[in-house]
Amino acid sequence: MRTIAVVKRIFQQMVRDKRTLGLMFVAPLFILTLFHFLFTENTEVHPKLGVVHVDTAIVNELKKKDIDVVAYEKVGDVKKRMVNDRLDGFMEMSDNDIHLTFENADPSKAKALQVKIQQTIAKEAAKQQKTAMEKALQAIQQQLPIPLKIEQPKSPAIHTAYVYGNKDTSFFDTLSPILVGYFVFFFVFLIAGIALLRERTIGTLERLLATPIRRHEIVFGYLLGYGTFAVIQTLIVVFFAVKVLDITLVGSLWHVIVINLLLALVALSLGILLSAFAHSEFQMMQFIPVVIIPQIFFAGILPVDEMADWLQAIAKIMPMYYGGDALKNVMYKGMELSDIRTDLLALCSFAVIFVTLNIFALKKHRKL
Amino acid sequence: MKTREKQYKMEVSNYSFLEGGFLVSTIVAKNVSKSFGKKEVLTAIDLTVNRGEIYGLIGPSGSGKTTLVKILVGMDSDFSGEVTVLNQPMPNMSALPHIGYMAQSDALYQELTGEENLQFFASLYELKKTERKERIMYAAELVQLTPHLSKKVMAYSGGMKRRLSLAIALIHNPEILVLDEPTVGIDPELRLSIWGELTRLKQAGKTIVVTTHVMDEAEKCDRLAMVREGKIITSGSPAELKQQYGAVDLENVFVKAGGKRG
Repeated sequence: MRTIAVVKRIFQQMVRDKRTLGLMFVAPLFILTLFHFLFTENTEVHPKLGVVHVDTAIVNELKKKDIDVVAYEKVGDVKKRMVNDRLDGFMEMSDNDIHLTFENADPSKAKALQVKIQQTIAKEAAKQQKTAMEKALQAIQQQLPIPLKIEQPKSPAIHTAYVYGNKDTSFFDTLSPILVGYFVFFFVFLIAGIALLRERTIGTLERLLATPIRRHEIVFGYLLGYGTFAVIQTLIVVFFAVKVLDITLVGSLWHVIVINLLLALVALSLGILLSAFAHSEFQMMQFIPVVIIPQIFFAGILPVDEMADWLQAIAKIMPMYYGGDALKNVMYKGMELSDIRTDLLALCSFAVIFVTLNIFALKKHRKL
Repeated sequence: MKTREKQYKMEVSNYSFLEGGFLVSTIVAKNVSKSFGKKEVLTAIDLTVNRGEIYGLIGPSGSGKTTLVKILVGMDSDFSGEVTVLNQPMPNMSALPHIGYMAQSDALYQELTGEENLQFFASLYELKKTERKERIMYAAELVQLTPHLSKKVMAYSGGMKRRLSLAIALIHNPEILVLDEPTVGIDPELRLSIWGELTRLKQAGKTIVVTTHVMDEAEKCDRLAMVREGKIITSGSPAELKQQYGAVDLENVFVKAGGKRG
């Protein structure tokens, strides 16, 4: 079995190359762990708001909303003061007008602060309105012969339920399934692609084709050889994500592994296919921004169905679009394999197409 | 030496008669031309190589020797004309197991040991386990690499890599040996012993094609073709050529033959 000979050789090479093994097995865990802590271990930062001539009632309300309020007697140049005192916002009241100034270095932070302030002001206004109304009512009631009974409206209690996840679900819980698949895709692509490329540049591929090995035996040897390492990588990454980082996993762990294996197969066949169009390791790296990075945009981190039509069309030709969708559906939504069969079918089709193209790409070296 | 002799006898007994009966001319090329784009690198090459002879392709680098050799071993199918090896039109999968090829650049797996490289190529030819072992021992002994078999190729010198490439070409005991610059970077003593082995192999009925740009190696060939700018400028045995051109050595023949045409 020549395919087995190729597989055996790949094993020998990989085992000797400790750094590549490390990159494949440890690097994804490192990045995943880093991501995990980046998204879950946030220290609460209170926005700093400078105020001048603001009611104490409003100031107290603002403080309740975790805003550090700094009161000023007078300001002068607001913007200058904000920069000097590192304020995130500034609030100035004069008569009935409120002037808000935001630092806006981070627009999302500025927006959040703005919402909080507006809520406070609205609440305060409602409160004042309420007392005014009550006073007016009392005045009217005193003039009536029979006192009128007014029922106090009670605000309803809100009970929240979620179809997927719970109130503690963070962005990382929906992001992590995609990341797990993406790392498998990325590392397998790179390692398999560069391995075959090196065979081309060193000349061993040409040398191989002077032996009676058949083209498909080389391709299958590569798929099996590097595929085995991709399987090990997938198992390590998935187990680590679920058991150590405690990433939400509603569906079956085995389904996650199946999806990742398909992704690895697609990455493997795509990697060795593209290596045919590179003349050096450096050129192989150039495929990363062109082929690998765009995958992450369409993997489901940004909602694809809100994209423009032509962008959605691009998403449909990205393997990670299907992989990300399938992983999110299983890990976060707890779907079964039958629910994600379209995704699985798409990934299988990618793999079959790339493998076939690979066998043809070797024709460049030998027609038989 | 005893084992060497036993090995040699084994080769003779293994001597196979392929489909088509006993063939004298094992490699035949007729009117072979090849171009890279608009540049023609081989022009109307005709040659016939017989069983039991060493055929030399002599010429400077860039003359098209390697291109021609790749066509002969079936690695290149993009040419016009006709090539048959062991009576089969090339390129042809069924001829490949009978061809041993040593490329000009050492195409070896650097992370693997010499033995693992030999093992790998032996398994591509689907040799049985015992035969594989015997052949690896024989080939390693021949190129004097036996003590270095467990070292990684990465640690080999240029000459050792060349020798390992030669051992790989011999691993499956092929009928036909095509060696592209086999003795570059090999010390004179070992070079002599390799040529001695090539002579033994030829006596055992193998067909051997060797490219070289060293004229004293050309003397050791039974017949030669001198290649320049993709054309065979002259061919024949070393003695015939020297006589024909009235030259004292082959270098002189090359100059005169080239001058006459060019």
